[in-house]
Amino acid sequence: MSSQLIQNNFRMDRLPHIWCPGCGHGIVMRSLAQAIENQGYDKKKVCVVSGIGCSSRASGYMDFNTLHTTHGRALAFATGVKLANPELKVIVVTGDGDCSAIGGNHLIHTARRNIDITTIVFNNNIYGMTGGQYSPTTPTSEYGTTAPFGNIDKAFDICKLVDAAGATYVARGTVYHTVQLIKLIENALINNGFSLVDAISTCPTYYGRKNKKGSAVNMLNSLKENAVDIKAAEKLPKEKLEGKFLIGEFKNTNEPEYTEEYMKIIKKYQKER
Amino acid sequence: MAQKSNKKLVIVENWCKGCGICVAFCPTKVLDLHNEKVVIKDIDKCIKCGLCELRCPDYAIYLEGSDNE
Amino acid sequence: MSDRKVKLMQGNEACVEGALAAGMKFYAGYPITPSTEVAELCAQKLPLIGGKFIQMEDEIAGMAAIIGSSLAGLKSMTATSGPGFSLKQENIGYAALAEVPCVIVDVQRAGPSTGLPTAPSQGDIMQAKWGTHGDHPVIALSPSSVKETFDLTVKCFNLAEKYRTPVLLMLDEVVGHMREKIEIPNPDEIEIYNRIKPQEGDDSYKAYRVEEKEIVPRMAAFGEGFHFHVTGLMHDEFGFPTNDTDTSDKLIRRIMAKVSDNVDDIVIYEEKYMADAEYVVLAYGGTARSAISAVKKAREMGIKVGLFRAVTIWPFPEKQIRELAGKVKKFIVPEMNLGQYVLEVERVVAGRAEVISLGKANGEVITPDEILSKIKEVL
Repeated sequence: MSSQLIQNNFRMDRLPHIWCPGCGHGIVMRSLAQAIENQGYDKKKVCVVSGIGCSSRASGYMDFNTLHTTHGRALAFATGVKLANPELKVIVVTGDGDCSAIGGNHLIHTARRNIDITTIVFNNNIYGMTGGQYSPTTPTSEYGTTAPFGNIDKAFDICKLVDAAGATYVARGTVYHTVQLIKLIENALINNGFSLVDAISTCPTYYGRKNKKGSAVNMLNSLKENAVDIKAAEKLPKEKLEGKFLIGEFKNTNEPEYTEEYMKIIKKYQKER
Repeated sequence: MAQKSNKKLVIVENWCKGCGICVAFCPTKVLDLHNEKVVIKDIDKCIKCGLCELRCPDYAIYLEGSDNE
Repeated sequence: MSDRKVKLMQGNEACVEGALAAGMKFYAGYPITPSTEVAELCAQKLPLIGGKFIQMEDEIAGMAAIIGSSLAGLKSMTATSGPGFSLKQENIGYAALAEVPCVIVDVQRAGPSTGLPTAPSQGDIMQAKWGTHGDHPVIALSPSSVKETFDLTVKCFNLAEKYRTPVLLMLDEVVGHMREKIEIPNPDEIEIYNRIKPQEGDDSYKAYRVEEKEIVPRMAAFGEGFHFHVTGLMHDEFGFPTNDTDTSDKLIRRIMAKVSDNVDDIVIYEEKYMADAEYVVLAYGGTARSAISAVKKAREMGIKVGLFRAVTIWPFPEKQIRELAGKVKKFIVPEMNLGQYVLEVERVVAGRAEVISLGKANGEVITPDEILSKIKEVL
C-alpha cells in the first residue's frame, strides 16, 4: 500500500518509477501532486503535459489527462490543449534541457503570451536520460560527458529568462525545501497566467558523479547550504551571497490571460446564430 | 500537537531504493538503512513531522492516518 | 441547386472554406509563403464561429499545438510550405503513432531549402511519404482545381477522423493561388465524419484498444473524465510506454494496416480518354491541368493517349496502375520535380510498360506543349 496522496494522484500500477536512487525528481513529482490535492482541483480537468527526458516521464505516472510529447515541445502541445479547452488546468512538466535548450523558443513565447499554463521545471543541471551531457543550466567549469574539460558555456537562469519574457508568476524551490516547494507550486497553479517554478532537483547518478558532488544526501545538503530565500537575501550583504542561489517567489503579478483575451474576441465577433 | 498524533509511520519496503535521504534528514534520527532499505530504528523518537515522506523520492515512507482520528 | 453560394476564390481560400465546412475549430501555424492566406483566413473566420486561431512561434509549435487541440476534442489544421513542412515532420510522426487526427496543408514551393518561395513545385511528394522517421501510415491528397481543393479539404478531415491519423493536403503554388469560380455546396450536401468517442463513463475504456468491427480505437477528449495517457513512445492498449517487442510489433502493424487495409476507401483517381489508350499521362495536382490539355490536343491529332490523375497521392493507386501496366505501352509522368512520383510508377509497373519521366524543378509550371512534345517524342 501507499499513502493516500499517492493513491489519489498516481497510477499505482505504473509505480515504482524508473528514476535512479536519490534522484530528486520523485520529490518534485510528489510536491506537484500535493499542490494539486491541496488546491482541490477536479481531477477530470487536470491535464499534465510533458516533453522528453527523465523529468517528462512524470506524466505517465500521474493519474490525470496526460500527454507525453516530443522533445522540447511540451509547451507548444500544451498551448493547443489549453486554447482548445480553457476549462482544463494545464500543467507542464519539463526538464532544464527540454525547456531551455531544444524548447527554449516555446518557453519564452508561452511566457510572452501569458497563457494560463503552470510549468514545473525539474532542473537537475544535466541531460540525465541520455547519460550526463551538459545542459543550459550546467554551471560554467563543471563537467558533463560532453564537457570533459569543463563547461565553457554560461548557464541560463530560467527564472530571469521567463520573467523577462512575460511570465506572471516565477519562483524557485528545491527538493530539500519541500514544504516551501509545495507552496510555490500551489501559488503557481493559482496564478491566472503563465507560471513557472524552477524546481532544483538532484541527479546523483550523472551530474553528481561527474562533478564529485557525493551522494544524494550530500547533494541535498548542498541545496540546504547554498539556497538563500529571496526575502532573507534582501537583508544580506553581497559578499554573503557569493556562491549562493536564490529561492522563493520572484514575481507574482496580474496581466491579461491569453485564452480569456481570445474569448473576448469570440464574444465580440461571434455571429449570432 | 505532535505528541498527540495518531499517525503511524509506514514503510513500503519494495519501493525503497536505499538513497538514505529520509535517514539523513530525520530531525530526531528515527530511521536507519539496513541492507539498502530504510528501517525504523527508534519509533519512540518520532515526532510525526512527516519530513521523511515529503523528501522520499520513491514514496516508500509515509505517515498513515490523520491527527483527527 | 440555385441556393448554393457561387464565389470566385483562390485555392488557399477554398481550403479554408472546406475546412470550416468539415468542422474545423482550431488552427495553429506560422506564416510562410505561399500558404499564408490559409492562416489569414482562419484568423479571420474561426472566432466568428467560436473556433480558435493561434499564430505560434515557429512551424514546429504550429504542428504541436494542433495535436494538443485535437486531443482536447477539436478538429484541427495547420498549413505550411516546404521549409515548414520539413520542420513539422517530427510531430507529424508523433500524430501518426499517437493516432491524433489532424490536417496538414503543404502549399508546395520550389526547393530545396528556401528555394523559390513564390514559385510552384511538387517537390515534397516523397517527403509526404517518407519525411518523418520510422514506418508510419500516410494519407495525402492533391487537388487540381479550386473546387477540388474545397472538396478534398473536407475529405482530408473525414479521413483524419475516420482513421485517426494526420492527413496531408498537398497543394502546389499553382492551385493555391489560382482563382476560379466555385459553387460551395450547402452544409446538408457535405458528408462529415466525426471521430467515434467512448461511451460516457465507460470504465473499461482503453485509449488504444480497437473494439470489434471498428478500424481505430475510440477517441476520448481530455477533460471528459477518461484519464488516459498519450505518448510518442511505443505503447500498449492503455497508451502506456512499453519496450516489449511483441507489443511494439502489434502496434506498428496495426497503424500501418489502417491505411493498407482500406486503400479502396482512401484512393481517389480520375481517368480520361483511357478506354482505348495506348499511352497514358499520369499526373497529379496543378500539373494535371496541363496534362489534360496536352492529352486533348494529342487526341485531336489521333494519338491514342489518356490521362490518369492521381487525386490520392498516398497511398499510391497501386491496383489501378498495375492493371493499366498490362494494357498500355507507355506511361509519361510529368511532375514539378526531377522525378519523384515516377519512381513509384516504375516500381508498380515493374517493366511491363515503359515509364518516362518529364521533370522540371526550376519554379515554372510544366506547359501543355511540353507534355505534348513528350507524347509525340515517345510514340
